[in-house]
This record gives sequence, C-alpha cells and structure tokens, in this order.
Amino acid sequence: MSELRELYQEVILDHNKNPRNFKKLELHSHHAHGHNPLCGDKLELFLEVADGIIKDIAFVGSGCAISTSSASLMTQFLKGKSLEETRQHFEHFHDLVTGKEMDEEALDALGKLAVFAGVREFPARVKCASLSWHTLINALDSVEEAAATE
Amino acid sequence: MFDINRIRSDFPILGTKVYGKSLVYADNAASTQKPSQVIDSIKDLYSNHYANIHRGVHHLSQKSTALYEGARGTVKDFINASKVEEIVFVRGTTEGVNLVASSYLEPRLDPGDEILISEMEHHSNIIPWQLTAERTGAKLKIIPLLENGELDISKLPDLLTPQVKLVAVTHMSNSLGTLNDISPIIERAHNMGIPVLVDGAQSIAHMPIDVQALDCDFFVFSGHKIYGPTGIGVLYAKEDHLLSMKPYQGGGDMIMNVSFEKTEYNDIPYKFEAGTPNIEGTIGMAAALDYVSGLGIEVIDSYEQELLVYATERFSEIEGLQIIGTAPRKGSIISFVLDGIHPHDVGTIMDMEGVAVRTGHHCTQPVMDYYNIPATTRVSLSFYNTMGEIDEIAKAISKVKELMG
Repeated sequence: MSELRELYQEVILDHNKNPRNFKKLELHSHHAHGHNPLCGDKLELFLEVADGIIKDIAFVGSGCAISTSSASLMTQFLKGKSLEETRQHFEHFHDLVTGKEMDEEALDALGKLAVFAGVREFPARVKCASLSWHTLINALDSVEEAAATE
Repeated sequence: MFDINRIRSDFPILGTKVYGKSLVYADNAASTQKPSQVIDSIKDLYSNHYANIHRGVHHLSQKSTALYEGARGTVKDFINASKVEEIVFVRGTTEGVNLVASSYLEPRLDPGDEILISEMEHHSNIIPWQLTAERTGAKLKIIPLLENGELDISKLPDLLTPQVKLVAVTHMSNSLGTLNDISPIIERAHNMGIPVLVDGAQSIAHMPIDVQALDCDFFVFSGHKIYGPTGIGVLYAKEDHLLSMKPYQGGGDMIMNVSFEKTEYNDIPYKFEAGTPNIEGTIGMAAALDYVSGLGIEVIDSYEQELLVYATERFSEIEGLQIIGTAPRKGSIISFVLDGIHPHDVGTIMDMEGVAVRTGHHCTQPVMDYYNIPATTRVSLSFYNTMGEIDEIAKAISKVKELMG
C-alpha cells in the first residue's frame, strides 16, 4: 500500500477532485489538444503568452486522477514563468516521472510537482502524468494535431 | 464433480504472487492462462516430433504432419464442423475476419452494397469491413444497442435489405458480456440469401459451439482465449464458400502446380494456409481444446454462470458501482464504472492488491460512446476462478474507494 499512497498523495487527490484553472481561455495565444488513446484521456490546453511570459494558462478535459491532477498542478506552477524556464521544467518533470537521476536543484525547482515522483514506480502510468506536459510543448510549438502519448 | 483445486493446479501461473499477494487473474476475456497440458504439448513437440510439415518424406516430418492435421480434426470435432476441409488455421480471430473480408466478401461487393454489423462489435469485427467498404464503395450498417447491453433485434427487418451482402456479429460481447441469440439473426439473413459470420472470440471458451446447428457461414476464434497459445486461431467456413473463395495470401503449401505463366492452387483448406504455418500453436491449441473437452464445456458453462451470478451480486452491493451491460443472458464478464473514479486509477490500485483486471475501452469504442463513458473496469472470469477470489476482487474495489475517497 505504501507505493499506492506515494502515487495517490493527498495533493493529487485534491487536484483530481477540484482541478484548478479548469476552464477554456477565450483569449489565448496558444492552444493544443492532447489525447492518450490507451486510456481515453483527453485534454485541451490554452495559454496566453506575452513578452515570453505565460500570463495565463488553463485546461479542460477528462481523465484519470493522475492525468487530471498533473494538468491542474502544471497550470498553477507555470503561470508567470518564462517560456525558456517552462521548457526546462518540462525536461525536469519528464526526468522526475521516468525515474532518471536528478540533481537537488532541478528537484527543488519543480516545487509541488515533486509529488509525481511516485509515478516512476508505475511505468504504465507515466503517460498519464506527462500528457498535459506533452500537450503544452505541442501548444508552444503550435503543432495543430492532438498530442499523442502513443 | 468440479474439483477446483485440482483444476487450479493444472495452471502453474495461478500460483504467482503479485506484490506479495496471491494473484487473482480476472482478465480472461483478454487472454486466458495455459494449463500444463498445453505447455507440455509444445515441449513434447519440440523434444520429440518437430520438423516442417507436409511435403517432407522423412520420419519427423511425417510425425509433425500427423500432429498438425490431427489438430485440425480436434478443432472440427470441438465445433462440430462436418468436414476437416472446413477448418482453416489462421493467426487469430482478427486474421480470420480479414480473410473473409478480402477473399470472400470484397470480390462480391459493388458500390452501394451494405455490410451489416452491430454496435457491440470488437474493433476487429469493424475495421476489416470498413476497409473493404472503403475499397469497394459499399457501406456499413449497424444493429443498435439497447440500454441493458442487448442488440435491438426489432430493427433487423429494416436493416436486412437486399443490398446487404454479409452479416458479421459477435456471439458474446467482450466489453458487456452479452450473449447474443444469433440463431434468429442467421435464420432471417438466410431467408434472404445473406451469409453470416459469427465472431466467436469470446463465446468459444464459455459455451458449447455447434456450427452445424447454428448454420453460420463463417465462425472465427483465437486459440489464446481458450487456454491455448497466442498467434493461432481458426476460421471455420462452409465448404461451398471456401471453394468459391480466392486465395488470401500466396506462398508455399497453398499451390498444386506453379509456373511463371500460371499457378494452380491447392485444395481447401491448404489454399488458405500459405507458408510454413504455426505448427506449435496449432498443436498447443488442440491440447487446449482437449483439456476443455476433458472438463466438459457444459460443466464449465454452468460453473462460470454461478461465478457470474455471485460476482454480480457482490459488486452490486458496492455503493457507487454501476454495472455496464445487464443483459439477461451473459457470459462471465462484469464491466463496471465507479462514481467519480477513473477506471485507470481503479486498475492500478486493484493491481496492487494482486487483482488483474482490464481497464479501458476494450477495443469497443462505439460501446463506450453509446454509454457516454471513456472506459470501464472489466472483470472477466474463467472456470479456474473461485468464489473466494470474487470476494478478494470486491475487497480490492472497496480499497479503491477508500483510497480515492
């Protein structure tokens, strides 16, 4: 059970039940759809970027607790961050959930997102945690097709 | 007498521990585990009898050929086909459906013709027809679902038009468990001269199959869903159909005479078995069918119905759990959703309790769309499951609710 508690931490359960920034942004500069065909998770991500800074970010969609809470926590975390930092955080987050070695600085920089470290014990669920982040990169790269984790 | 302990001891994998807990394997609709009798048959083949089949004049080739062709006889008897020539070995249900779509149906289709399938089909009984329809200008028509997971047969008279060139329908739904009463469908189609393919991927392991009594034109199933190896399956087709069909693939063993100008094809069923076949799979599948026959498929059926009744009762007691698929006649499959908890989370937590279930759309996205859900959690039971295991599954579901609050 301890691995499960590690995976489904309170903050993850909370963000699953009450996802933050869960809305469409009428005014947005970037937008992308994400889809995990394996489990049917779908999300739509909106960003308002100005002067290289994420001014606003929001999402809608449906998915499992890991994918929903990951999207929710990501939007909270990235608001106000520069695009350059954002791409670096993507790399760090990817390392975190896939179980790569990380230095303390990179881990500290992820702040609250460190709750997703438990995902590394569940290889089948890595895609759930990273769906919102892949969608983010697609939105920033302005890739029009749905981001797919498969 | 159904000796569950003896039966379980035939399946070495059932003794596995998962995260320190005894495995409860409830993903049998995806694939079944293998008894020692099947595992040993493959070991015996490679240890004592193996060589390439047909053509060889040497001793081992003849032994191998006898086992391979013996397996065809075992399949014929198991589904009560009238002749061994009607049994074509394929890779599985999927290849069987594709073979019929390419070799039987496609040459007979004109633009505007129709193929009738149902809303509960597995993707493997949708996409081959879709591809054929795209190539010929034909179109798919769908027998709709009812809320309880049965097919709305009342729509059949409207759907069965003279344009329909084939009906393809599942015998048992892999995501809902529904057992379809296919005899009236076959009878009605035959009254209009329309052939019927039955997808037996799920039904084969759970109930007696008699293709002559059903009078279906085609019946397909996979070895691995009836305790046999993967990569082997069966297409049963009435002899007249096979005789009228063009080859599926070209290659060795499917020919009588070859020159660069013209090739004369081999007799059925060899005409449809190009290349060196899956010899070990075929022999392993025959061992599996013998195993099932040894237990008695009627005995299996009645025990699994007891499991289904008990599991349905136990799961129905769980607050917030809704069973998807409540047809009056079902095989031992229980799909469900839990209020506010995504099936993927359910699957991970149950796995940590040692319970193997499937979560997702089960390759039946139209069924998920019908119920407006992204996925379900599916418990699919076999004769080696026990009442005690159903209690363990129910406990694991309670654990999910506890953890996810």
